[in-house]
Amino acid sequence: SEQVWDKSENGDWHCTASWKTHSGSVWRVTWAHPEFGQVLASCSFDRTAAVWEEIVGESNDKLRGQSHWVKRTTLVDSRTSVTDVKFAPKHMGLMLATCSADGVVRIYEAPDVMNLSQWSLQHEISCKLSCSCISWNPSSSRAHSPMIAVGSDDNSPNILAKVQIYEYNENTRKYAKAEALMTVTDPVHDIAFAPNLGRSFHILAVATKDVRIFTLKPLRKELTSSGGLTKFEIHIVAQFDNHNSQVWRVSWNITGTVLASSGDDGCVRLWKANYMDNWKCTGILKGNGSPVNGNSQQGIFNASLGSANTSLQNSLNGSSASRYFFPPLDSPRAGSRWSSHAQLLPPPPLIEHSCDADTANLQYAHPRRRCVSRPLNLLPENEGV
Amino acid sequence: RLVQVSKNYRSVIRACMEDMHQAALSARDPALHSQYSTQVSILSAMELIWNLCEILFVEAAPAGPLMLRLLDWVRLHVCDVDNMAREVLSSENPSKHELFWNVVDVFVLQGRMDEARHLLSKEASANPTSMNMYKILDDLMKKMPVPSLGNTQTLTEMELKWQHWHEECQRYLQDGTFASNSHMESICKILLGDEGAILERKELMTTWYHFLVTQLLYSRPTVKPMELRLYAQMDLFLGGESSPEPLDTILMAAFEFEMHQVIKECSIALSNWWFVAHLTDLLDHCKLLQSHNLYFGSNMREFLLLEYASGLFSHHSLWQLGVDYFDHCPEYGRVYLELHIERIPLNTEQKALKVLRICEQRQMHEQVRSICKIMAMKALRNNRLGSALSWSIRAKDAAFATLISDRFLKDYCERGCFSDLDLIDNLGPSMLLSDRLTFLGKYREFHRLYGEKRFSEAAKLLLMLMTAHIAPCSFWMTLLTDALPLLEHKEVIFSAEQTYELMRCLEDLTAGKADKQNFQDDVETTKVEMLRLALARNLARVIIKEGTLEGS
Repeated sequence: SEQVWDKSENGDWHCTASWKTHSGSVWRVTWAHPEFGQVLASCSFDRTAAVWEEIVGESNDKLRGQSHWVKRTTLVDSRTSVTDVKFAPKHMGLMLATCSADGVVRIYEAPDVMNLSQWSLQHEISCKLSCSCISWNPSSSRAHSPMIAVGSDDNSPNILAKVQIYEYNENTRKYAKAEALMTVTDPVHDIAFAPNLGRSFHILAVATKDVRIFTLKPLRKELTSSGGLTKFEIHIVAQFDNHNSQVWRVSWNITGTVLASSGDDGCVRLWKANYMDNWKCTGILKGNGSPVNGNSQQGIFNASLGSANTSLQNSLNGSSASRYFFPPLDSPRAGSRWSSHAQLLPPPPLIEHSCDADTANLQYAHPRRRCVSRPLNLLPENEGV
Repeated sequence: RLVQVSKNYRSVIRACMEDMHQAALSARDPALHSQYSTQVSILSAMELIWNLCEILFVEAAPAGPLMLRLLDWVRLHVCDVDNMAREVLSSENPSKHELFWNVVDVFVLQGRMDEARHLLSKEASANPTSMNMYKILDDLMKKMPVPSLGNTQTLTEMELKWQHWHEECQRYLQDGTFASNSHMESICKILLGDEGAILERKELMTTWYHFLVTQLLYSRPTVKPMELRLYAQMDLFLGGESSPEPLDTILMAAFEFEMHQVIKECSIALSNWWFVAHLTDLLDHCKLLQSHNLYFGSNMREFLLLEYASGLFSHHSLWQLGVDYFDHCPEYGRVYLELHIERIPLNTEQKALKVLRICEQRQMHEQVRSICKIMAMKALRNNRLGSALSWSIRAKDAAFATLISDRFLKDYCERGCFSDLDLIDNLGPSMLLSDRLTFLGKYREFHRLYGEKRFSEAAKLLLMLMTAHIAPCSFWMTLLTDALPLLEHKEVIFSAEQTYELMRCLEDLTAGKADKQNFQDDVETTKVEMLRLALARNLARVIIKEGTLEGS
């Protein structure tokens, strides 16, 4: 089943809808851009992906704070469990990609954005490895063609690169493999492109046995094949094994400056690059929302790690809407960017092993401030610029 | 000018401190009280740091005035002495007060000679035996040379005078002038810059930086800014009892003129970006920060401002300030703004309009389009067609406008009336955004003309809508039905030619339909028949009318 939560004026989250969606475990849920309305997509072990739209209900429902979601379409092309579904960047229209355990990535498009029940399969990409996650490159720059990263959690012994990058080729009108990250050989659970702020290169985060951040710098396209695939220069800029266990989810904030990761140790960690481009951990949160006060700073600012900074924040910046992620303490640093379109990471173990598990995927919608599961109250500690 | 700006910042901090202090005093809940009190201490630390940075970096006080500024700085932040002084002076026998010598000592330590002398005079009057000693000490204190702010003396002159004075004090001390009064003796020692004597008063000074300033005052009042780092050290003061706290590290870095270090330490210690962002900005304006080359080519000032402004965006009203901050970030401000502004929750129309105005001012067309689209979508889902239409007009979204116009027309067919008349009536040139919208506008105009009984104009418009193909075919039936009352009107409205046109339209319409399957429900057939009848009748009447007029 899925749940949708709304954030009210005073900042509380309420569950405004909860309904049974698939006949198997739901792996992922994702929001479409609000330009298309209030639309969700989900994918499940039952080999289907579905698209849902919110129906504005009776006024009684509104008063009771309930909303209704209607299934608009079911995508049944996959023959195995569908492991991820993601909407494409909005400049590509209403498009989504799914990936399945049999290694096929499918890209669908709804030509009429007002009619969510008509989706056509535009592309099928065969990845040769069981897929576990996909990520669209959100860059809307004309300099980059559409790009998808696919991660695999295949456990087979032949050491193939577990992250592949596919790029759309204008000439052949197809997606073709542009790159494979050879250094990632452990099962990959999640990947995420960072929003591109006009950089010339892309940043990709990978959740595997640790947290890894790669930069992909497009090299000049070979003159022989203009419109051919881009070659990339790949660097790993950060690798963190602080979770000391499998890392299940990674998610970026809207400016691509803070990365959040969740792992089997039950913690969420936040990573940020300082202005010298060194990535460091800027916060740790436990699953129940309590902070990890490992090495709190001493001195006059010590007490301020607690509630005091709430007021400091308040007096200088006012209380922030993103309180549910970080009490005002750290809002100016990272919290603000969580108020929308960020994915919050679920306690990992639940998803994998139980059959009828509730969906654990959390995501924050666009300005309507919805989300699809219990948010964590976070109180990160300061660990450096 | 920049110093003024810096002072403004500080007065803002002080104002906050005051408010917080008031809040703390009036807070009943002890937890809240302690929270506010901590706030006050944080703010006061911030002011302390800022003040020092202002003296050392912004004003860049040279040797001489530097000493005076540092003295001011210390005096400003150790306020306890004033309370103590008040207490002592208001007592009956001030010189007998237990805190008397403490107050005098603090005044001396802070270089407040006049006030110290004033108090000492009380002692002298109460204790005539020490009158001699008092006179000498008083004299010494009066004569102490201080750096002047104006250009009345050069540093060398000052140093010379100071040397003389120092030697004079030395003589008196060695002569044992003050031997009988330990208090006065220690004051003399302090005047001589005796480290031991000064350190004895540790608790009165409370901080190592106070100690530093005092020490400098009495041993090197003409200290140059760059020399400060040689004298600044904490160990003597702390004496291995306690370890430095973040505040200490920050101040030390400032004394050592390590600006980047100061900013770095502040970032670590403070949990929000306000302080470092604004301080860095100020220092940058003073051209004191060299920029490093970052991977995105920006510099530290911009980095910090971006962080700070991003934080503001999560606030329901402070985001507007964030906009201004982004405007001042030349490299990445715009793109950050673009990203953030799309994500502001638009729960009210006013907020949306505000956001749009900001986008439009900055030519952020894509954001304007996107926001309007989102609002239009929202309105459409909630069946607020008028709102949806006005948003899509604003977004210049022709496709959407067509869709909404269709909905309007559908509504009309079902309900026989229009909603949102005001909007449609006042479309003006935006009507041309989409054909369907134009039709909607014109159709409504038809209704208006009809309502105003300007029948011939209405009739002409109606016909034009069909002949010029502005109306979609699906709507022709409705239009023809609308024509019925005009045809049946007791006055002849449609001319012969117009009637022929109408008939042709009807035939076109039915011809098309006849091709399709043969199920026309009764209503349809009846309508068509009625129309044919009305058209024929009108034709008959109009021929007669037109024929008659011509005749006579």
